[in-house]
Amino acid sequence: MKTEENDLQTTVIRPQHGWQAIDLRELLEYRDLFGFLVWRDIKVLYAQTILGFFWAILAPLIQIVVFTVIFGKVAKVSTDGIPYFLFSTLAVIPWNYMSTAMTTSSASLVGGQALLGKVYFPRLIFPIVPVLSKMVDFLISLVVLAGVMIYYKVNPGWNLVFLPVFLLLMMIVPAGIGLWLSSLAIRYRDVKFALQYVLKLLIYSAPILYSASAIPEKYRFLYSLNPIVGVIEGFRATLLGQDIPWEYVAPGMFTAVILLVSGALYFKRMERVFVDVI
Amino acid sequence: MAKELFRFLRSPIENYRRYRSLYDFSDLESSPQNVLHALEDVSFDVHVGERIGIIGANGAGKSTLLKILSRITPPSRGTAVIRGRVSSLLEVGTGFHPELTGRENIYLNGTILGMRKAEIDRKFDEIAAFSAVEKFLDTPVKRYSSGMKVRLAFAVAAHLEPEILIVDEVLAVGDAAFQQKCLKKMEDVGAHGRTVLFVSHNMGAISQLCDRAIWLKSGRVEMEGPVDEVIRAYLNDGASGLAVWRPEGVEPENTEIRVLEASLRDPASGEPTSMVAYGKGLRLDIRYEVPRASPNVSVFYVLRDAMGDVIYVSRDTDNPTWKGRERAAGTYVSTTKLPGFLKPGRYLLSVGVAEGVGARWDRYEDVLSFDVTSAGCPVNPARRGLILPMLEWDVIAEKPGVDGGKVVPLAR
Repeated sequence: MKTEENDLQTTVIRPQHGWQAIDLRELLEYRDLFGFLVWRDIKVLYAQTILGFFWAILAPLIQIVVFTVIFGKVAKVSTDGIPYFLFSTLAVIPWNYMSTAMTTSSASLVGGQALLGKVYFPRLIFPIVPVLSKMVDFLISLVVLAGVMIYYKVNPGWNLVFLPVFLLLMMIVPAGIGLWLSSLAIRYRDVKFALQYVLKLLIYSAPILYSASAIPEKYRFLYSLNPIVGVIEGFRATLLGQDIPWEYVAPGMFTAVILLVSGALYFKRMERVFVDVI
Repeated sequence: MAKELFRFLRSPIENYRRYRSLYDFSDLESSPQNVLHALEDVSFDVHVGERIGIIGANGAGKSTLLKILSRITPPSRGTAVIRGRVSSLLEVGTGFHPELTGRENIYLNGTILGMRKAEIDRKFDEIAAFSAVEKFLDTPVKRYSSGMKVRLAFAVAAHLEPEILIVDEVLAVGDAAFQQKCLKKMEDVGAHGRTVLFVSHNMGAISQLCDRAIWLKSGRVEMEGPVDEVIRAYLNDGASGLAVWRPEGVEPENTEIRVLEASLRDPASGEPTSMVAYGKGLRLDIRYEVPRASPNVSVFYVLRDAMGDVIYVSRDTDNPTWKGRERAAGTYVSTTKLPGFLKPGRYLLSVGVAEGVGARWDRYEDVLSFDVTSAGCPVNPARRGLILPMLEWDVIAEKPGVDGGKVVPLAR
């Protein structure tokens, strides 16, 4: 009897005040749920469409063509000698991932309120799931990227070893933003409206349509504190086989980690009132 | 005009203050008398394998208690220690996605409710068989009928096998046959040494399922003990507003007629009661005061079942004697007998007064409630339908039939 009782896990429910630690072991226990929620997002996204996953190829392709015509041909933005089509492909694809992941992650708690009030599971799952599920679109759109790289005969060579670093950074940014904004959006639904416009402007905050060399050197550090700059510059340099411009990447890495950790802590702090406020 | 414009321009600041304070309880701590504690001093032990019913009027704190125990919302004070895995069934079908197939939703819903994938793999065939929608497992759930959805959802929930199962009014969904199936399954769960916490307004279900009950009243434990004793005490508790209601502190809003008291009584003894056997109707008395003579006064009540569906509405002016007849200033009692065709279960009564048809009226929602017990019910009380009338039937034989070689004579 004694041993049997010890086999059962004991949960102690007590009031939560102030800052809470993040229970990583519990998150691990819920990994199956994580998996199914990610998989649900993927399955449902293109349900009842004709093109299905082709949208993940078509949408960025159209965008890249439009940017190439307007910024490359009409405005003739300098790209340090790289063909504009190649230049923007390498930036638009990671940017699209980051912007959709940010949007869905920020809306995840408000959108999941039906579940939130009905059943317990670690709330942290909500904003993290879109960060993973949007990776599928990203991976599919790599087809476009590969095609363009083959066309321009670009060989990244050994530089590819850096790719995982930038992929990780590319996921940390929307995760950090999503943690912050999803818990803020519970209280202030303004987040939804603000984010729409901010994202449209954010594309100009990073070297997606123009080259980072256009930024005066004395502002470079300030500019690079934006982690999106690091992702784009790092991604582009990696795939073009150029030297990694760490002066653009390092400050952003720092901001990204701060965003993620502070976001998770803020989320946990606000967690206890989610159900009451929503 | 300028003032309104100013207020409009200021509104973001006001909104900010308001929404920020959603999280902020510091102003309440300084004036504790304004704080409403949904639960206070609630302390109890539940042992392995016990089935506990939690009863109480609306707003007594039942749902809050379950939400704390199922970790949906943390308490502001106090501790609960739970040994074993908890699954809560606060609503069947939580997390169902219409675009996903039945098979996919079993996995999704199962993991949401706390199962591991390996566990669902193991029980999958059993769940599919229990749901009886096996043929449609690869069809998106959006093409299911609502009955199929509920069956599938309950099949998943029924195979949770946690050490502790928390159930809140899930019996309120589905038809009677389905409700019986739920109850049966929950009994099995209890029989396998699991602990069940069950909240319901359906006293019949509570007494069928549970051994012990806790009665919550205004956030405190009013009584705890053997299920039938607690239910009896709860139902006889006049102060909880079940058998007798007086509109204390409620002023009529639209009419001048003042309801003084509404009560449910045993038709024989005239004693207030809120429990009646099937087939026997309670008496409803509505006392009211008419301040000025009026030809248009009518008194009515709305009868609702536990699911909130209106069974019918009845007015004292349905009696032609009182239709359009003037009532002089004074106090009246309109009395009526409730019908005996009500199915066993819980019912809620809203009473109201009106002056003129649809002109001015006051209604007091769900102020009385009573239970019809299945005692004396000659047929299966779980038969489908909102009501259970015993109607007259005749069987007339038209031709002599042959029964085992013998001629059956014509009856009648």
